[in-house]
Amino acid sequence: MPEAEARRPDPSISLILRPKWLTARARALANERGRGARFFLLSLIGMLFWVFIYTLLYKLLVYFRGVPDLGPFLAGKLLGMILIGFFSILLLSNVITALSSFFLARDLDLLVAAPVDWLKLYGAKLLETGVNSSWMVVLLAVPMFAAFGSAYHGGWLFPLLVIGVFVPFLVVPAVIGSALTLILVNVFPARRTRDILSVIAVLAAGGVVLLFRVVRPERLARPEGFRSLVEFVTVLRTPTSPFLPSEWVQRAVLSWLQERPSLLPVYLLWTTAAAAFVLGALLHWKLYPIGFSKAQESGERWARGGGFGRLGHKLFSPLGILRRELVLKELRLFFRDTTQWSQLILLTVLVIVYVFNIKYLPLKGEGVTFFLVNVIPFLNLVLAGFVLASIAARFIFPSVSLEGRTLWLLRSSPMPVRQLLWAKFWVGTTPLLILALGIVFVTDWLLQVSDFMFAVSVMTIAMMTIALCGMALGFGTLFPQFETENAAQIPTSFGGLMFMIASVGLIAGVVVLEARPVYGYLSARLYGTQTSPAEMLFGFGAAAVLCVVATIVPIQIAKRRLEAVER
Amino acid sequence: MISLRQLSKKYGSFTAVDAIDLEVPKGELFGFLGPNGAGKTTSLRMIAGILRPTSGEITVAGVDLLKDPIGAKQRLGFIPDRPFIYEKLTGSEFLRFVAGLYEQEGPEVEHRARELLALFDLEDWRDELVESYSHGMRQKLIISSAFVHRPEVIVVDEPMVGLDPKAAKILKDLFREYTRRGNTIMMSTHTLEVAEAMCDRVAIIAHGTIRACGTMAELRRSAEAGTEGLEQIFLRLTGENAARELVEVLNA
Repeated sequence: MPEAEARRPDPSISLILRPKWLTARARALANERGRGARFFLLSLIGMLFWVFIYTLLYKLLVYFRGVPDLGPFLAGKLLGMILIGFFSILLLSNVITALSSFFLARDLDLLVAAPVDWLKLYGAKLLETGVNSSWMVVLLAVPMFAAFGSAYHGGWLFPLLVIGVFVPFLVVPAVIGSALTLILVNVFPARRTRDILSVIAVLAAGGVVLLFRVVRPERLARPEGFRSLVEFVTVLRTPTSPFLPSEWVQRAVLSWLQERPSLLPVYLLWTTAAAAFVLGALLHWKLYPIGFSKAQESGERWARGGGFGRLGHKLFSPLGILRRELVLKELRLFFRDTTQWSQLILLTVLVIVYVFNIKYLPLKGEGVTFFLVNVIPFLNLVLAGFVLASIAARFIFPSVSLEGRTLWLLRSSPMPVRQLLWAKFWVGTTPLLILALGIVFVTDWLLQVSDFMFAVSVMTIAMMTIALCGMALGFGTLFPQFETENAAQIPTSFGGLMFMIASVGLIAGVVVLEARPVYGYLSARLYGTQTSPAEMLFGFGAAAVLCVVATIVPIQIAKRRLEAVER
Repeated sequence: MISLRQLSKKYGSFTAVDAIDLEVPKGELFGFLGPNGAGKTTSLRMIAGILRPTSGEITVAGVDLLKDPIGAKQRLGFIPDRPFIYEKLTGSEFLRFVAGLYEQEGPEVEHRARELLALFDLEDWRDELVESYSHGMRQKLIISSAFVHRPEVIVVDEPMVGLDPKAAKILKDLFREYTRRGNTIMMSTHTLEVAEAMCDRVAIIAHGTIRACGTMAELRRSAEAGTEGLEQIFLRLTGENAARELVEVLNA
């Protein structure tokens, strides 16, 4: 076969990635209804976010520039902290994305069966992993570097320097993340690895957040907390991680901005990225065929929770057969999907951080009035509302989308759609309500609020939670992502954004409506004036009506929408 | 048992099903044949209450599907062509869930579920998660789920896809026995031998319209096909080009 030998196929990386590019282009050009408005809204929000980050950092850096001696250290410390944050996020994100792109993607059967050179496959999949994991960090980095460049007059070459150091900074975690995944898949089957990884990732993310909060970085802004100025400066000057690429990017950028350009960090970045790529490719060559073969093994065989099934059967029997089976199904699917329940760990961390913040609020001592102590728990409702909205976005918003592939069964059965929606609503709302009441009880107890404020905060948070859950379900049905298999991606969709905007509106509405009667009560306590019952009735009544409407209307709309879905 | 009147379905300007009329009496195994994209799946999904017709009427077991969807669906079981089910439920949990959708439970349902799983050799897999099932096993589980609540009518889209010969034989026997007991099955299939061997009557659909409907003998007459098999009748009635020069294709 000399002729066939002479024409050995050798598809290029660009050919391997072409379907991805064509898919993205087709999606971008799709003639969908309301696409223009959606694009405009997303661009506007994106631009506002950029402007916000840029302005905040720019003002901070200009302030740092004005601080004699300490200014450059503070700017360096800030950049270092941001970059190490980026590096951790990139590493985690690459580990998780690599599992999909190297082992679980649908195009792999085709690519692995085709005569594709292993190095090209590695290059293509590494690029795919890197791009999918890094785009968000890149978007965040743009206003950040722009603020540094303009505050320190980096000049027109500064963007080129940033690109020159940021590209290898992105490559290193992509290679390390992919290699870690490759090793894990060789130890565990891919589908188990996905479970393990999701738990590890969430634990790591939770750990980082918790650690960051517990060290209380706000103390850095208060040098009087340190024993001496020397100690404070030493803390600022010490490189946090001299062997990490984040430190090299920081040194390269700062040396440029301080007009003492140093090439060593740039050299370190590029050589490390190149070495990492070579080592990663070697590892891929050695381990990928074995790992890919293992990844084809089927998922978990045995179901957990037989005892739970029997208990649930008894517990939910009063609901009737249909509702009981719907509720049990929701619970089973949730607790057997590691990617879903593992987020509870992150949620716990979020709640701990939240309570921690309240605990360390400086609300004791001179100048702290009764008014302040009682206004804080009221404003606390806003923050608790945001926390609850983000949890509802994570757990309740995707629930209808996740029915996409099995909708045929529900639609062809005699079950009314409203039963499905209410089952989803209560399964999501009950734990959230317990959590919300728990947060408010603990924080009110820590703040030692008056009985009136305690009652107001408990009632408000209960109503607000129910309304947020109704809205999450409604928006999740109005903007479904039936084709997405990964539940974690659903809240980041356009519909998720719309839900969060609507949630902000609801929380603001409730707080504004209740502000007047709360103010009236506090004034009465402070100045001995009379409270107006009409004002109380109107304020709290209107807030209650708003919450009831925000619960029922979205579910009614969702019901109609789901009845009209044709799949 | 199933009655379609002027049933149409349009997707924008494309007409997938164009004013079809059909009567399938009680106790009949009715076959729906047609080339890819002819409108078979769309028709079956409308009968199952998943797609809303653009116009026309559907009656299932005497109940108007559009006016009383719950009442009609209560009497119906649907088996889709693609076996998408909850990956994180076990086989027996899935069957119990489906029975629950029809408000059925108790020892009778449990017994029926066990019998159906045993029939399709899934007994040993009943407590294992669906995500570990093969394509064929999922298909068998979905077939079992359509029978678990004892419907009067079953609508099946491509029942033989993914089944091994033994399961295919079991399914044929099950369908035969089921219709013998006075129930009705409407199925679409690409396998003409299956339609020829199993169905009491068949309808041939192409471009959204029914080209012919009747028993094999009636179809032969309408296609003036003499003693030709269903394949020849099918090609003739659907106007498909079977005579493409294969040698030319392979040499191209």
